[in-house]
Amino acid sequence: MRSRNDRIIAGIMLLPSVILILVFVYGFIFQTIRTSMTDWGENLDNPAMALQVEKNFVGLENYRELMTDPMQFEFRTSMVNTFFFTILFVVGCVFVGFMLALLLDMNVKFEGVFRTIFLFPMALSLVVTGTIWRWLLQPEGLNALPNRLFGLEPYTFNWLSSRKRVLEFDWNDVPMYLTYIGLFILAILAFNYFAKRRWRSMGIVAGLGGILVFLYAVGFWENNIWPQLGITNREGTFIPTPEPKGYQVALSGIVIAAIWQMAGYTMAMFLAGIRGISEELREAARVDGCSEFGVYWRIVLPQLTPVAISAVIVLGHISLKIFDLVFAMTGRQNFQTIVPGIMVYGAFDTNRYATASAIAVIMLVLVSLVIVPYLWTQLRSRES
Amino acid sequence: MKRRLSLFLILALFVALVGATNAQEDEDLSGQLEIFSWWAGDEGPALEALIALYNEAYPNVEVINATVTGGSGVNARAVLKTRMLGGDPPDSFQVHAGEELTGTWVVAGRMEDLTFLYEENGWFDAFPQDLIDLLTYDGGIYSVPVNIHRSNVMWYSPAHLEEWGIEAPTSWEQFLTETCPTLQEAGVTPLVVGEAWTVNHLWESVALGVLGADGWNGIWTGETDPMGDDMIAVWDTFGDVLACSNIDEDAAGLSWQQAIDKVLAGEAGFNIMGDWAAGYMVTTLGLEPGEGFGYMPAPDTAGVFMWLSDSFGLPNGIANRDNTIAWLTLLGSVEGQNAFNPLKGSIPARVDAVEAAPELYNAYLQSAAMDWSENTLVGSLVHGAAANERFMGEFGQVVEIFRQAGSLAAANAMSTICIQSGACG
Repeated sequence: MRSRNDRIIAGIMLLPSVILILVFVYGFIFQTIRTSMTDWGENLDNPAMALQVEKNFVGLENYRELMTDPMQFEFRTSMVNTFFFTILFVVGCVFVGFMLALLLDMNVKFEGVFRTIFLFPMALSLVVTGTIWRWLLQPEGLNALPNRLFGLEPYTFNWLSSRKRVLEFDWNDVPMYLTYIGLFILAILAFNYFAKRRWRSMGIVAGLGGILVFLYAVGFWENNIWPQLGITNREGTFIPTPEPKGYQVALSGIVIAAIWQMAGYTMAMFLAGIRGISEELREAARVDGCSEFGVYWRIVLPQLTPVAISAVIVLGHISLKIFDLVFAMTGRQNFQTIVPGIMVYGAFDTNRYATASAIAVIMLVLVSLVIVPYLWTQLRSRES
Repeated sequence: MKRRLSLFLILALFVALVGATNAQEDEDLSGQLEIFSWWAGDEGPALEALIALYNEAYPNVEVINATVTGGSGVNARAVLKTRMLGGDPPDSFQVHAGEELTGTWVVAGRMEDLTFLYEENGWFDAFPQDLIDLLTYDGGIYSVPVNIHRSNVMWYSPAHLEEWGIEAPTSWEQFLTETCPTLQEAGVTPLVVGEAWTVNHLWESVALGVLGADGWNGIWTGETDPMGDDMIAVWDTFGDVLACSNIDEDAAGLSWQQAIDKVLAGEAGFNIMGDWAAGYMVTTLGLEPGEGFGYMPAPDTAGVFMWLSDSFGLPNGIANRDNTIAWLTLLGSVEGQNAFNPLKGSIPARVDAVEAAPELYNAYLQSAAMDWSENTLVGSLVHGAAANERFMGEFGQVVEIFRQAGSLAAANAMSTICIQSGACG
């Protein structure tokens, strides 16, 4: 009796927050998805701001436009930028943060002071960070320092305004690259199962990979799938002309500012992780004749994997949703450093609500790709 | 005891109510008036002067000054949309006159026709016909223009021109064949541009120069083919002009003020910017028009005035309609326009306002006002007069396509956004 009563009370106590989350999180996600499949703001006959807007269902049309309309190249640049930005930002933060944590772990004097100094950037809002770094990276900023201090030639690298692009590729080849990445993941999985001698799982994964390779080789995607979805033209490519994409060098300044902001946080995570490893373990290693480097490489580092994964998840979802830093550093109509968040704002400003929703949904999917597997593994490990 | 207290309270409330209604009868207008604009910072005092004038006439109206900072309304527009969609329109809001108002708000049926106000106040004679034409949609007029800025102005430093031994070019031909090579030899950037929108701003002066006033207006009526030879010529000239600029160097990091600073410092020869630049140089830098800085119409655009204008309208379904009509009447009056414009650094939209008080305006503004009453008037693209918000928003992409792929691709892209936005007739 007691436990049943408890359960009812617990349910009642939880109800308000469940309802609020259902309405204000999932309800709005649903609303956004629905809007993204209408022609709100795309149909010239229905003014976007009318009191009673007529919204017609158009299916995935807005998504198709974003991926293949030559005029929407800016969105595709923003996807590529997000990809490169995320990789550089996450790797940079983890590397710098880990190094700082190692240094602080060496029993330095005034450790508390240093820790505060390294953590401090995180207390700033991204807009403040962006504004400061924009000033620093202007031609008259840090670049002029060698000249001002030592009379050397000023450095002329355009941190935020370079129009250079490296690692170029054509947007039309993206399905090919995605296929490669898919195969790579399948290969790793298959190898994993092979090592664990789970033959059936390995067989399934290898079979999937084989089918993928075969379909790709006979041009199944180009000839059957993409045209069915209406997202390619007659030549089997997405866009009639080659559309070069690549790492925009102008992103470098933003990456630096972002790492400056978040490296301290990563350091704090690693430091907590390192402190959590018992001193006895390290002592035991030293007694067994392990060098100091070996202690870190063979004892500390392997035990930090969960911390590193958490750091990557936290940083990854920040960088996928980044808006304020880029907005403050390079502004809105900047085709070199555009990111999806700013695209949403721009689409809203030009009354294209359906397109804005579609971009928002794509961002949600990207973030879920990072978050959901993480939550899943977390929940599973907690249960076991 | 309790009962007596409540009786007393009811009595007090009654007296207060009667008093309030009495007060309402005594004065013309009361209640509130919320004015939504992006005139904060440097432009704040000009708006406050208007509000002071309004409060003098209607002391019982509480004016709520709702400003959202951000140049040319980038942030204010987003806030306004949120409020309108949420069913909470401000009593009156600032908006660029022309398509920015018409294409978004008027076609959506959210604005009230102000033709009656124009008739009552005789504004049909006060404002130029070209301006009224661009404010008109489907036979109705939907806003009251407060001020006028000019887009096609070229700025320079007379002292430096003398030093380099050149004269300000009057045609793009002259700029490209004489001015540009001379300055490049002297190690000076011939033409300075800044961040993305200032490049678009340059484009509209180049296009106006190449197409002429009729050709420019033709873009928006469908008479000028966005893929025709004339437009290709515009893009070609634009490319040549950009080749004489700093676009591949530090342009993206410069604000328009920093671009002007380069001209004044002698690092660059010329800059094309709207005449808010005059306000910056006169008020902030303390320079004398004609001496500290020189100005002339952008090459090939003499005799044409490319305007942009801030205006206010009357949204449907607002709480304080009478107060707002009084506000709009004040905005359109000579008195109101002369209170606002000298402080803002713009000229009145009325052609008769400067004559009424010429001493309020500096040399530059007087010459601009003269041009305003005599020149051919065309609307600006970048600043909301000529094209709707969708076209404006996507025009930046056309310029980017031009820089990556050249004239033909740009003309193609422009014809695409013409169709997608419905802005070209």
